[in-house]
Amino acid sequence: MTRQKRSHHKLRRAVAPYLYLSPSLVIIGLLMLLPMATVIAYSFQNSAVLRRDPSFAGLKHYQAIFADPVFWASLWHTLYFTCMSVIFHMTIGMVFALMLNSDRINPTLRNILRVLYILPWLFTAVIIAVIWRLLLEPNGVVNSILMQLGIIGSKVEWFSSPETALHAVTFANIWAGYPLFMVSLLAGLQGIPKDFYEAADIDGAKAYQKLIFITIPQLMPIIISISLLDFIWTMQVFPLIWITTGGGPIYATEVLSTYTYKLAFSSYNLSQASASAVVILLISLGLTLFYIRYQRAR
Amino acid sequence: MTFRIKSAMLKMAAAAWLLGATGAMADTTLEFTQWWEPELPAGSLRAIMDDFEAANPGIKVTLVSGPYASTRDQISVGAATGTLSDVVGLDGAWVNNLNAQNALADMNPMMDASKFDKTQVADIIKVDGKAVMFPVASFVYPVFVNLDIAAKAGVTKLPSTRAEFLDAAKKMTHADKNQYGWVLPLSLQSPAGVQNDLMSWVWASGQSMMANGKPDLEGKPVVDMLTFVKSLNDAGTISPGIATKTEQEKVEEFVNDRVGMMIDSLAHVNLIRKRNPNLNFDLIPVPVVDNYTGKRGLPYASWGIGISAASKHQEEAWKLVQYLMSEKVNAKLVSLANAFPGNVNAKPDFVTSDKAFGKAFEIFKTGYLANEFTGLPVAEDLMTQFDVQTQKMLAGEQTPEQAAAAAQKGWMAKF
Repeated sequence: MTRQKRSHHKLRRAVAPYLYLSPSLVIIGLLMLLPMATVIAYSFQNSAVLRRDPSFAGLKHYQAIFADPVFWASLWHTLYFTCMSVIFHMTIGMVFALMLNSDRINPTLRNILRVLYILPWLFTAVIIAVIWRLLLEPNGVVNSILMQLGIIGSKVEWFSSPETALHAVTFANIWAGYPLFMVSLLAGLQGIPKDFYEAADIDGAKAYQKLIFITIPQLMPIIISISLLDFIWTMQVFPLIWITTGGGPIYATEVLSTYTYKLAFSSYNLSQASASAVVILLISLGLTLFYIRYQRAR
Repeated sequence: MTFRIKSAMLKMAAAAWLLGATGAMADTTLEFTQWWEPELPAGSLRAIMDDFEAANPGIKVTLVSGPYASTRDQISVGAATGTLSDVVGLDGAWVNNLNAQNALADMNPMMDASKFDKTQVADIIKVDGKAVMFPVASFVYPVFVNLDIAAKAGVTKLPSTRAEFLDAAKKMTHADKNQYGWVLPLSLQSPAGVQNDLMSWVWASGQSMMANGKPDLEGKPVVDMLTFVKSLNDAGTISPGIATKTEQEKVEEFVNDRVGMMIDSLAHVNLIRKRNPNLNFDLIPVPVVDNYTGKRGLPYASWGIGISAASKHQEEAWKLVQYLMSEKVNAKLVSLANAFPGNVNAKPDFVTSDKAFGKAFEIFKTGYLANEFTGLPVAEDLMTQFDVQTQKMLAGEQTPEQAAAAAQKGWMAKF
């Protein structure tokens, strides 16, 4: 009897953690794993979703998208858009964070700047797209100012010209995303002990030396974490590009997300769209694993 | 005694259940998915359904309404899963795909069984011989002309041919004042500009982009149209930003006196008046090639209607379709929508009360409805491909012939 009780107690102790976890496991399973598994399954089917009895297609849809030059162009545009965005988010975020953390700026002005600098973060992607479409349209404010300053001689079609469109959407995304870095780095700056700077002052270190040898190393964990997250998020940006250019002109701003969307909802080729989505998933997964390993190592 | 009471109660319950069940069975509930309700005055489509229910006791209609894009996705998924509503609102661009999924019922047997007068409807959309859609309401696309800009430019006679249009567009263009003769929206976000603003030139002259049911983009009509559009672009008469311009932006530019002419939906007349009450504009048919005297094709978009192949209430669904296509009800519906009727005998009230609509109705009656994208496979994808090739041509990367050949190759892969 006592042995029975003991084994029952052991079983309860073993099961209890899983019972506590079960609600979140069910939610993750239903909302994340199931849709992911479904999309992966679709990528191996012919006429996925559109037929009730789709046949097995093997790797056909993966071969089709890898043979499509537009896919490779989209991949290159995605990498350019993402890398440039992350680099400039970090640079601008760092400059503004240092400015807001500086004692040399009047506290009132600092508070005003803090509000101004964080503004882009408050807008949704649709609003940002509309703002930049209006500003950068051929008859818009930007062209008008640049022409008055003599920087350009004629109206530039920023979003409509294949030469400038990708740079224009990247610029709009940089503007929209730097506040995340700024806020995170500002929090990090405020956490660096003052003693380090005092010791550096005693040693006669200059401002740039303090930045290189104290500030940046102290902020490095934040910089790497936020950069990785920003890389993953920016790679999946869809509404900003869709609303500003629709992936055009020609294929100049086609990125993996717009390429996948067009396959699904313009061509109704949901099997190939799923294959393309799985490629995005794999790239994101690789970055996520890198991020997790980095976090563990810390 | 207790047994008797229990037995009586059981019998009463059984009788009540039977009554309830038969009562429920007496009513057939039709589900009608469409995007029209949000675009009509509040409650007006429901009122038409109430009238239908009163005229057809035992049939109830549940309206499933949403914006156009979500309705399209809902119908695609419903067709795949066999859960399509009994009656569905359709766009001509969708029917080929839905038919390939066997999702739409053939209305031919229903028309025959009910001795439906086919001559009363403006069009019956057929795919593989199956009658799958009726256009209930049509939104035609004439040319809107800003009369003040035309007068200032010395355009006394509104253009009727392509040569006259090019001449008028040149006269109306003053790039230094941000004023252009024509506006062409070719955003890839919504490539409908290919249908409304490009192919409309082909159809207007009674020509076709197809031959024997296959694309014929390398044929003279399409190449000539591309050459004409290129000449408008080379002359600097098209408002800049073509590759990312949307239909809404096109209308905004016209409303703000920035373009002299645009091809646009008649449905926007009230919106244009609301945005700029002082705008002095007129409507003309899309200009034709020189020396063409035949009937003019009038591009249109439509609210179509069809019946689900999986519906268990096809007889009742057909009654609803017939009701919406009948002369009086159709006239009432299109009057509310500012559209032209699917029933040729129906006359919407706005054509007598409004000069612009009256003029458009004359254009409508003297021409014929033309939209060759209706019924084509993956119509939106075809438009996107043509859009990309046109953009390349306008960017100077290829000639009209090369653009047509590249688009032809892409289209053939989809047929």
